Amino acid sequence: MTDTLLRPSEDRATLRGRLVQLAEAATTPLMPADYLDLIAPLRRGTDLRGRIVSVHPETRDAATIVLRPGVDWAGHVPGQYLRIGIDVDGVREWRAYSLTHGPRADGCISITVKAVPDGKVSNHLVHAAKPGTLVHLEQAAGDFVLPSSRGELVETKLLFVTAGSGVTPVIGMLRNLFPVTDSGVVDLPRSADLDIVVVHVAPSEPDSIFLDNLRELDAHGAVRLVPRYDDVHGVLDVAELSSLVPDLAERTTYACGPSGLLDALTAHHEAAGLPLFTEQFRAGFVEAGEGGTLTLADGRTVEADGATPLLDVAEAAGALMPSGCRMGVCFGCVVPLKEGAVRDLRNGAITTVDPISSAAGGVPIQTCISAAAGACHIER
Amino acid sequence: MTTIQKKNVDPTAHLTPEDIEQLGIELDAIRQSVLDVRGEADAKYIRNVIKTQRGLEAGSRAVLLFSIFPPAWLLGTAGLSVAKILENMEIGHNILHGQWDWMRDPKIHSTTWEWDMATPAKQWQHSHNELHHTYTNVVGKDNDLGYGIMRVDEEQRWHPFFLAQPFWNFINACFFEYGIAAYDLELGKNLKIKKENRSEEFQANVKGVLAKIRKQATKDYLVHPALSLPTGSFLPTLAANFTANVVRNLWSHSVIMCGHFPEGVETFEKKSIDGETRGEWYLRQMLGSANISGGPAIHMMTGNLSFQIEHHLFPDLNSNRYAEIAPQVQALFEKYGLNYHTAPFPQQVYSAWHKIVRLSLPNGWLDETNAKNLPTQLVKLYKLTTGGPKVRRMIELADRRAANDKKLAAA
Repeated sequence: MTDTLLRPSEDRATLRGRLVQLAEAATTPLMPADYLDLIAPLRRGTDLRGRIVSVHPETRDAATIVLRPGVDWAGHVPGQYLRIGIDVDGVREWRAYSLTHGPRADGCISITVKAVPDGKVSNHLVHAAKPGTLVHLEQAAGDFVLPSSRGELVETKLLFVTAGSGVTPVIGMLRNLFPVTDSGVVDLPRSADLDIVVVHVAPSEPDSIFLDNLRELDAHGAVRLVPRYDDVHGVLDVAELSSLVPDLAERTTYACGPSGLLDALTAHHEAAGLPLFTEQFRAGFVEAGEGGTLTLADGRTVEADGATPLLDVAEAAGALMPSGCRMGVCFGCVVPLKEGAVRDLRNGAITTVDPISSAAGGVPIQTCISAAAGACHIER
Repeated sequence: MTTIQKKNVDPTAHLTPEDIEQLGIELDAIRQSVLDVRGEADAKYIRNVIKTQRGLEAGSRAVLLFSIFPPAWLLGTAGLSVAKILENMEIGHNILHGQWDWMRDPKIHSTTWEWDMATPAKQWQHSHNELHHTYTNVVGKDNDLGYGIMRVDEEQRWHPFFLAQPFWNFINACFFEYGIAAYDLELGKNLKIKKENRSEEFQANVKGVLAKIRKQATKDYLVHPALSLPTGSFLPTLAANFTANVVRNLWSHSVIMCGHFPEGVETFEKKSIDGETRGEWYLRQMLGSANISGGPAIHMMTGNLSFQIEHHLFPDLNSNRYAEIAPQVQALFEKYGLNYHTAPFPQQVYSAWHKIVRLSLPNGWLDETNAKNLPTQLVKLYKLTTGGPKVRRMIELADRRAANDKKLAAA
């Protein structure tokens, strides 16, 4: 019985396997996927991609981008983030953004992006991205999710502290708890017991992403919104929290924002013995300087000045490096820069790579014409 | 040709070291001007070329499923030939140069690309990008000068073996991809070494080449013909693939000959590149390359190697920009009093072949020969060919004496 059940599928598997083999033999040195991707880039079994469905402005410098992910998209939990690769001026750039909806009925996903000054990708997404554009995705990641999503006991009294676009993962959680439709906020049984306060910090009022959404939830009674604008209330001091939220001690705090705020909150909550979950936004930002260090594949770190090619630095340290013309012509020395910043010695052009906002596996660089402009990690 | 260092008139003699460094700075500025503006449109360009090429190849192969019908054979073979040329020239060659690495697209990258060629991309990158592009036209360093089997310079001693070099060159052209593979392996040099003494690297490379050839041949000469079996088109499809490969090989061989072989392209002595500055390197690239003039079609089909000069100056600059910088580069040639070598395709091909024929014969033989002295010249050639080294040296000596006498008489 087992045999008769298994055999057809086994046959199919080998037949399928043979057909794949044949297709590969017919397209070598390319793969069949190289042809199929031109026609169906979102199909099952290929690299994960997505297509921009629409771009909704949220404020004058923020927008929500709705994406249709490829068939292999495995879903996400509100609060998680998404790494997205998009071509800006022809160059593939990777960034991480929080997913701002719970799982949607239409199968789309959305991210909300705030255009930061000099932010190449964020400005492109907010101001220039067009529906129909193909983007590259990784599966959702991140531990900044509500306990219910993690299958643990639900604390019912929650405090969200968000700063700037740190509001985005929190919006994802709130939208999952209180879906907002055209006819208003929907009350779900699973959210009935929740008592949520949102302290939202922003430089000034019009800059608050999702402010309308938060106000709507506040008006509906789903959350209590405590907006704090630097230009009205002054910069938030975490010691003020206990006066803003009198029952602070009974609440579990989820915070997302820049590292300064998170560090202060962590110190404050540790001292008070309060539970806190944090997520830093714009994690791992790399700033280019003059010279730095080079960490080799074997883990050793050596000094690297701003005028010596990384190839020479690595070789002087005894590392076996691929090399060629040593003048930037032959591309025989290309290895991935996993993290750090380098300067092209020919024209001063800077390349920065950080683990969150660059392609998985790093950015390949020519080591013979690249000097350290920060703490660099290379693959070999 | 004669290396620039041994010429009576060195075409660079009028340039001071300061001139040469200034020239380098001006070329750097041209390169930077492209880097400053390249972006989305360039990315779109290469993706469109790739998409078009894949569409053309798939379409042509689909038509060839019915290649038993002559019009289908002609159409499919023509399409496949063009597709294979595009794949090798505008796409493969240029991506493997790293011209598109700046897009950071792992699918269009010098470290991941593989092409429809007998030689694996990695090996070709070593011999082409690293050796040929660094040591361009340096006699003894750049094996592209005659691929190690031809006499392409007066200073190479003539031997009767070279009489057959026009023939070798034609055979090499027909099966160019295998010639390149052998060349990348440095097969000639390695076969001279005893089998057990050949390096592990060489043995691994041979394995790589054979595996690649097997895959490519299986595709062209087995899989696609077999797919055409239902219409009884096995043999016509096989013939179509063979034809397309030969067309592609002849074409790419011709284009590459035009790049460095035409008369008037300079070669250099090994010593001359010791401690070469960036400006001097640029200068060598300028004098060691030749362009093909023509319209957009020829530029596309040559993978923009019709701008060989610009390509050799900026091998990592994306090819679609060569056309726009060519006038600026040409203006620099004029400013510094150098010869920008460009001519239409037939003229360059003729010139390259003329040189190969001329150098297949002893120095000066072709120039001295006319209808009147043909019989005596033939007798001389016969003696040279059959006489062995001693006889050749004697005749050379006699020639040199006669030339000296003539000079003295004229004086």
